[in-house]
Amino acid sequence: MHAQWNDRESLVHPSSAPDYIREEQLRSLQLQRLRAITRHAYENQALFRERMDETGVSPDDIQTLEDIRKLPFTQKTDLRDTYPYGLFAVPMNEVVRLHASSGTTGKPIVVAYTNEDIEVWKEVMVRSFACAGLHSGDIIQNAYGYGLFTGGLGAHYGAEALGATVIPISGGNSERQIMVMRDFGTTAICATPSYFLHLIEYAEKMGIKWEDLPLRAGIFGAEPWTDEMRKYIEEKTGIKALDIYGLSEIIGPGVGMACEQQEGLHIFEDHFMIEIVDPVTDEAMPDGEEGELIITTLSKKAMPVMRYRTHDITSIIAEKCGCGRTIRRINRIARRSDDMFIIRGVNVFPSQVEAALLKVEETLPHYQIVLTRDGGMDQMEVQVEVTANVFTDTVRGVEAVHKQLSDAIAHILGIRVKLKLVEPNTIERSMGKAKRVIDNRQND
Amino acid sequence: MKLKQLSVFLENKPGRLRELCALLADNNINMITISLADTEQFGILRLIVSDCEAAKNILEEKGFVAKITEVIAVEVNDEPGGLRDVLQVEEAAGISVEYMYAFTIKSGENAVLLFRFDDMDKAVDALQSTGFKVLDSVALFQRTDG
Amino acid sequence: MSKFVVENRIRDKEESLSRAELESLQTSRLRKTIEQVQQIPFYQKRFAEAGIAPGKIQTLDDLQRLPFTTKADLRGEYPLGMLAVDKKDVARYHGSSGTTGQPTMVAYTQNDLNMWSNLCARFLTGGGLRPEHSVQIAFGYGLFTGGFGLHYGVERVGASVIPAAAGNTPKQIMLMMDMQVDALVCTPSYALNISEFIIQNDIPRNALNLKYAHFGGEPWTEDMRTRIEDEMGILCFNNYGLSEVIGPGVSGECAARDGMHIAEDAFIVECINPDTLEPVDPGEEGELVFTSLSKEAMPIIRYRTRDIAALNPEPCICGRTHVRMSRVTGRSDDMLIIKGVNVYPSQIEQALLRVKGTAPHYQIEVDRPDRKDVVSVKVEMTEESFSSSMKDMQELKDRIDRAIQTITGLRMNIELVSPNTLERFVGKAQRVVDHRCG
Repeated sequence: MHAQWNDRESLVHPSSAPDYIREEQLRSLQLQRLRAITRHAYENQALFRERMDETGVSPDDIQTLEDIRKLPFTQKTDLRDTYPYGLFAVPMNEVVRLHASSGTTGKPIVVAYTNEDIEVWKEVMVRSFACAGLHSGDIIQNAYGYGLFTGGLGAHYGAEALGATVIPISGGNSERQIMVMRDFGTTAICATPSYFLHLIEYAEKMGIKWEDLPLRAGIFGAEPWTDEMRKYIEEKTGIKALDIYGLSEIIGPGVGMACEQQEGLHIFEDHFMIEIVDPVTDEAMPDGEEGELIITTLSKKAMPVMRYRTHDITSIIAEKCGCGRTIRRINRIARRSDDMFIIRGVNVFPSQVEAALLKVEETLPHYQIVLTRDGGMDQMEVQVEVTANVFTDTVRGVEAVHKQLSDAIAHILGIRVKLKLVEPNTIERSMGKAKRVIDNRQND
Repeated sequence: MKLKQLSVFLENKPGRLRELCALLADNNINMITISLADTEQFGILRLIVSDCEAAKNILEEKGFVAKITEVIAVEVNDEPGGLRDVLQVEEAAGISVEYMYAFTIKSGENAVLLFRFDDMDKAVDALQSTGFKVLDSVALFQRTDG
Repeated sequence: MSKFVVENRIRDKEESLSRAELESLQTSRLRKTIEQVQQIPFYQKRFAEAGIAPGKIQTLDDLQRLPFTTKADLRGEYPLGMLAVDKKDVARYHGSSGTTGQPTMVAYTQNDLNMWSNLCARFLTGGGLRPEHSVQIAFGYGLFTGGFGLHYGVERVGASVIPAAAGNTPKQIMLMMDMQVDALVCTPSYALNISEFIIQNDIPRNALNLKYAHFGGEPWTEDMRTRIEDEMGILCFNNYGLSEVIGPGVSGECAARDGMHIAEDAFIVECINPDTLEPVDPGEEGELVFTSLSKEAMPIIRYRTRDIAALNPEPCICGRTHVRMSRVTGRSDDMLIIKGVNVYPSQIEQALLRVKGTAPHYQIEVDRPDRKDVVSVKVEMTEESFSSSMKDMQELKDRIDRAIQTITGLRMNIELVSPNTLERFVGKAQRVVDHRCG
């Protein structure tokens, strides 16, 4: 079977079989798994059980897929409040991996995986790569950051399981990225779209011509991007630029992936059940209408997450896809229903910036986060008013303050962002309170 | 022996320096000398003015961050090696210069330089004991008026 | 000191073969390796130049007739000249930085990766790792082999991996406390940082559950071991490896902690005088030379590591029969190891040559204040590049900073100095001052 699939003529990777199963079969598989996971979560997650008991719902009440609406939502704050391992549903010795993402304040959110969970993650990543038309002979350069962030290791294990050659280059060092791409014949790259845009500019400076490189696909994710961006990348480089979706709380990358038709992202529905609700009323939205995406993990053992509120606004595409996959699609994520934004693949909440500034200055200085969109990518700048307390008359002194603030923010966010010291009273106040986020992204 | 200097934080944006100058002029404050340290993001303007406290209040009222610091004005021969001699004295005393700039006026045949040292008191002692003329504000303003 | 005791456990039967059995295994694997390297034009040529027919290499002693392989050879064969398999059979590439700005790339087949993971699992087991433990990996991931070698090794043992990667010390400690981590994997100098942070912030020792640590990636000393063990109340184990040979897993300490057992079923080790290239007497210090015995993608013959250490052939109380190597005590070239990253002074030179406005005069100072490696590079400006604007000077500094970062992967403190102020050397330049000791 392996050999057959290696043959480029054969379109379906064996792991991708669930992408093509009949709708009734898929729904019945979902129901079976939903019932099992509800029971698993009920028996092993105190928080979930409490909430179920409060509303008088028992796992036996799940008789149809629609019954999922009887279950309580899980919020990001639930993951934070139960930190470090309140939502782990297996004994620690069955946990083989931990990952983390930044929380809304100082503490991270920790997620756990059993061996089986890692296998599921590998499988959905293999299916994602298959959506991009990648095979075992491909050379995949993984420019996602490695570490606690799920992007790097998620793509790495998936590429390895696909049987491709993996170049675990991680993020940064653009010159080396391009050199390696050229010298090792990279055929596909995984990166945040903003980083790939940077590589396009860099390659131009180095005098590299994209048509001389064998690169043919880019798997871009971890931050929102637009269809205009996709067209720009494709025209500039001649590769197929494909959107991948995922979040650590659910599994990491590999929740959904655009196929070569490039009309929305297929959700791997046999492992992740999706709903769209009105973010205000929580009412279920019909297919095609925008609302907040809710995801339930159907097969995660170490940390099942029931009806997770992603705060991502999108809609379900119910029409059949031209690629033949029967699993449904969602549209590209349009926006968020909370104040979170994503910079270079990292989730940022204004409260984190505030926490960082407070660490340096005793009282919170007037500050403002300015969001802009440059070439389709979100950028942020933190502007902080200088006070007499921190102003010294030497350049060195002011630069030291700049560095302290900048380091404190980098420490909490995990990425370095632009910071500008501004004169007092230059940040606009409304009713005495400064507006914290200036969103200029729509004006672009 | 030490002079009061006004330091002001300036964002790098057009018109800001002009506004500051206009503000001082409107309030009849004379700028005796001025120096601007520039970096990519911001500038620090250092001024010797006729009334330092008043200038600080005026600027702060208008939202500038200003600070009063002390500097030393030293008379040096306006000839090759003049500055070297001052630095030699301070180096021998183990003092380093944090920044310096020149005065726009001359004191007779001599030039006047402004210094900020890491140890100001020790710096004054070292200079005076080796015969340098350290100007106080009275001496300085006399010369500017004349 | 640590109250933690590691019970002796041997993972693989290959670790305790009799010397005779081991040598017979080595001999057959060596013959196979010699056959394999005939796929590589570089080795074909080397063998021909030395007038050696591959079939003539039959015994372990014959190995000494073969030519050495050096880092320069690997660089010369960049990118794929050293591959002994078809490119499509490569499962992974790794790399280390090279003096040309090009990384030296190394390749692995799936079998190589399995073997590598197993070698790491082997020394980790010898050093206390059990399936019920959780291990925080504070090594950088990426092309660098350190992170991945240990990551897969821990996974193979069946323990939990926390892939923290390097940096963000407060977060590392928070995770260690909150997740009650049993073991830490990092460079010894990073462990010093972690320990210092714990002390400075008055974090009580019992807030951590840490029992032991495995250090590698850079040379360290017994004094450092004592200090970290005292400060953190843990046991520290040393391991050794280099990407050209395979990565970490070439050798590691057992519970006896008296030298690192070299995985002799996978590598033949020699210890030579770097000047005469003759073997040194047993127990004497010399340069280590490795020949791989079971690598598929990139077998390597007599690789000169430039690492100075001594071999101890005496049997070990743990029951392993594999020869032990001492700590690495020095280098036979001018390579520096900064935060676990290999850096050659020539790389800095290379970076400066790319930046307009700098003279090719520079000086590198390495220090470890506050337990962190800090490199300062003094760079002479040219007369033309000197500018009255701080902005221009800052930009020049930034350009140098970026160029050095691109080539070495490290950030260094750049200090611009005026033209003609750095010392000029007659003959061999003394460009590096290393203040680190211990």
